[in-house]
Amino acid sequence: MKTVTFKGGIHPSYNKEFTASKPIRPAALPQTAVIPLQQHVGAPCKPLVKAGDEVKVGQKIGEAGGFVSVPVHASVSGKVVAVEPRLHPGGQQVMSLVIESDGQDTVDENVQPRGDIDKLSAKEIIDIIKEAGIAGLGGAAFPTHVKLSPPPDKKVELVIINGAECEPYLTCDHRLMLEQTDDVIYGTRAIMKALGVSKGIIAIENNKPDAIAAMLKATSAYANIEVMALKTKYPQGAEKQLIKAITGKEVPSGGLPADVGTVVDNVGTAATIARAIKTGMPLIERAVTVTGRGIKEPANLMVRIGTPFSQLIDECGGFADKPGKVIMGGPMMGIAQYSLDVPVIKGTSGILVLTEGEAQAPQVQVCIRCARCVEACPADLLPLYISRYALAGMYDKAEQYNAMDCIECGCCSFECPAKRPLVESIRLAKRAIAANRRKAG
Amino acid sequence: MNINDILIPMVTLGGLGLIFGAILAFASSRFAVEKDPRVDEVREALPGANCGACGYPGCDGLSAAIVAGKAPMNACTVGGAASAEKIGAIMGVEAQASEKQVARVLCQGDLEAAAQKYKYVGIESCAAANALGGGSKACGYGCLGFGDCAKACPFDAIEIVNGVAIVDEERCTGCTICVAACPKGIIQMVPQSKRVVILCASLDKGKLVRGYCKVGCIACNICVRKCPENAIVLESNLAHIVYDKCTNCAECVDKCPTSSIKKYDDVCEEKQTAAL
Repeated sequence: MKTVTFKGGIHPSYNKEFTASKPIRPAALPQTAVIPLQQHVGAPCKPLVKAGDEVKVGQKIGEAGGFVSVPVHASVSGKVVAVEPRLHPGGQQVMSLVIESDGQDTVDENVQPRGDIDKLSAKEIIDIIKEAGIAGLGGAAFPTHVKLSPPPDKKVELVIINGAECEPYLTCDHRLMLEQTDDVIYGTRAIMKALGVSKGIIAIENNKPDAIAAMLKATSAYANIEVMALKTKYPQGAEKQLIKAITGKEVPSGGLPADVGTVVDNVGTAATIARAIKTGMPLIERAVTVTGRGIKEPANLMVRIGTPFSQLIDECGGFADKPGKVIMGGPMMGIAQYSLDVPVIKGTSGILVLTEGEAQAPQVQVCIRCARCVEACPADLLPLYISRYALAGMYDKAEQYNAMDCIECGCCSFECPAKRPLVESIRLAKRAIAANRRKAG
Repeated sequence: MNINDILIPMVTLGGLGLIFGAILAFASSRFAVEKDPRVDEVREALPGANCGACGYPGCDGLSAAIVAGKAPMNACTVGGAASAEKIGAIMGVEAQASEKQVARVLCQGDLEAAAQKYKYVGIESCAAANALGGGSKACGYGCLGFGDCAKACPFDAIEIVNGVAIVDEERCTGCTICVAACPKGIIQMVPQSKRVVILCASLDKGKLVRGYCKVGCIACNICVRKCPENAIVLESNLAHIVYDKCTNCAECVDKCPTSSIKKYDDVCEEKQTAAL
């Protein structure tokens, strides 16, 4: 099979063997589920329940706070015990709904099948997706219904379903493609119908031949859905790099995939959309890979939103040794955690535990201008210069060097022989530039 | 060698020089730019640090603006009363004397006093640390101690002692550059004559503050009640001094149970001993 890719990128150790062959098993129901009102990109939700209220599984408990926002739903049945700020995996205190489970797992009566996609209109599908609280499950948690409602002047012609899973260690998407193949395809068809697009491509890195084979077999009945193999390279699953690899088109600076007639959604998102249409169950659970050398029994788990990290770590046999670092997501783009009391949210694709030795920070040395970061940068930037300006506080110069086009994949930091904090400093500049732009209006 | 070989070039070049000189002399008087001599005088009266704190592009920019009447005489906080007076004399107006303002960092939760929630490894910058869940300090309002303010200060007036920034009032010119550099927004400008300061910025409830900091304001209200001038108000779990009313009596300093209210001179002294 022909494989496609983009320019730049890196080849880290993939470390997927810990969990690649382990089927997704359901995790135990949490005793207390903490549902943050901000789990997605966009405006936070407004709570619909108060302390003391009884809730059922799938019941909407937080209303979307705007167009770029999605509602949240109860992931367990029981009683709301508090509406208060709780620690969020992003590192901040976020207003959250705390539900004490009654262990009954009673499903809300509003959770009913929504019909067949052949009969539903595009608008109805988008409404189902919006009401089901679906945000991109690849990790960024961008509201899916917003992606499916491009401005009328942008003609979308292609839907790409992202099964690249280029982050090292993570295997939940891989398992999902093997175990919920039909749901992924059903979701793909729903997205295509919602956008009125006649072509869909399911893109998978070629280090998952079994997933490619399964998808090829299952898509044989659909002439308009194609399976494409991608060269195994990080960050192959990054939206813009994926589009470049498949279509050869470049998303313009500051633009969206819709500018080149494409919409990209994750395989997990597609499967969740399928469930939301078939059973009416909103996004209340997701696949999470709990992995790393620091954990005793790595596993792929189907986890209810709001389950604390500590419970999942116990469920996987606990820490193998004194942990060095616990990361939500993968090692390249994940967020380090300082407390295990944080809940699983819509964007939690994995929990990675590194050992103390692995987490050791390297000694930073001076830049020798070898330009390995430039070669590795998939966004065609000059990380060494942006970083220099960022560290000197010269954010206007960093902006001139297109800091805002950085996708924060971390390839530059990974490749740097002097172990310089390249992506870290560029992120700093991006924050400052964004703040300046907001100030300027 | 013929003498003409020397004379001809000399005469030609000399002649050209004279002609161009005449043109230049004519042009300089014909197209002369009127310049207010006061601009240079005002420029002389300014400190010349080009810090930009006034909002104009350096001291040259400010002097032009003052002479043009676009900026007040005392726009330069760095030069303070002295330069405002000189500028007033040049401009022929009595300058409004303004008291020198100094920066104070409203935190004293150093490495011993304040708890840490995680170990920070990364770029040595408050802005970078602040992006990671508000920094490693358990208190979300405290000084992060990487010295973004000290790096920004053009007058070298800020020092980090034991993880907390402290301002040297002698060197501080009140330019407010540090105020903007602090990602926590805990640097306050205060008239220098006001010696009592509440060194805490935490808006958390007292119980929480007690849990993570030994020297934080716990909103106990004692200072508010003890102040004879009613110069302290409690707002969002934090005491604030209304400096217009404060008389430096320091009644509150003795009464504060967590020593979060201090005389600034004592703070400086403590830090000096700590630094040694």
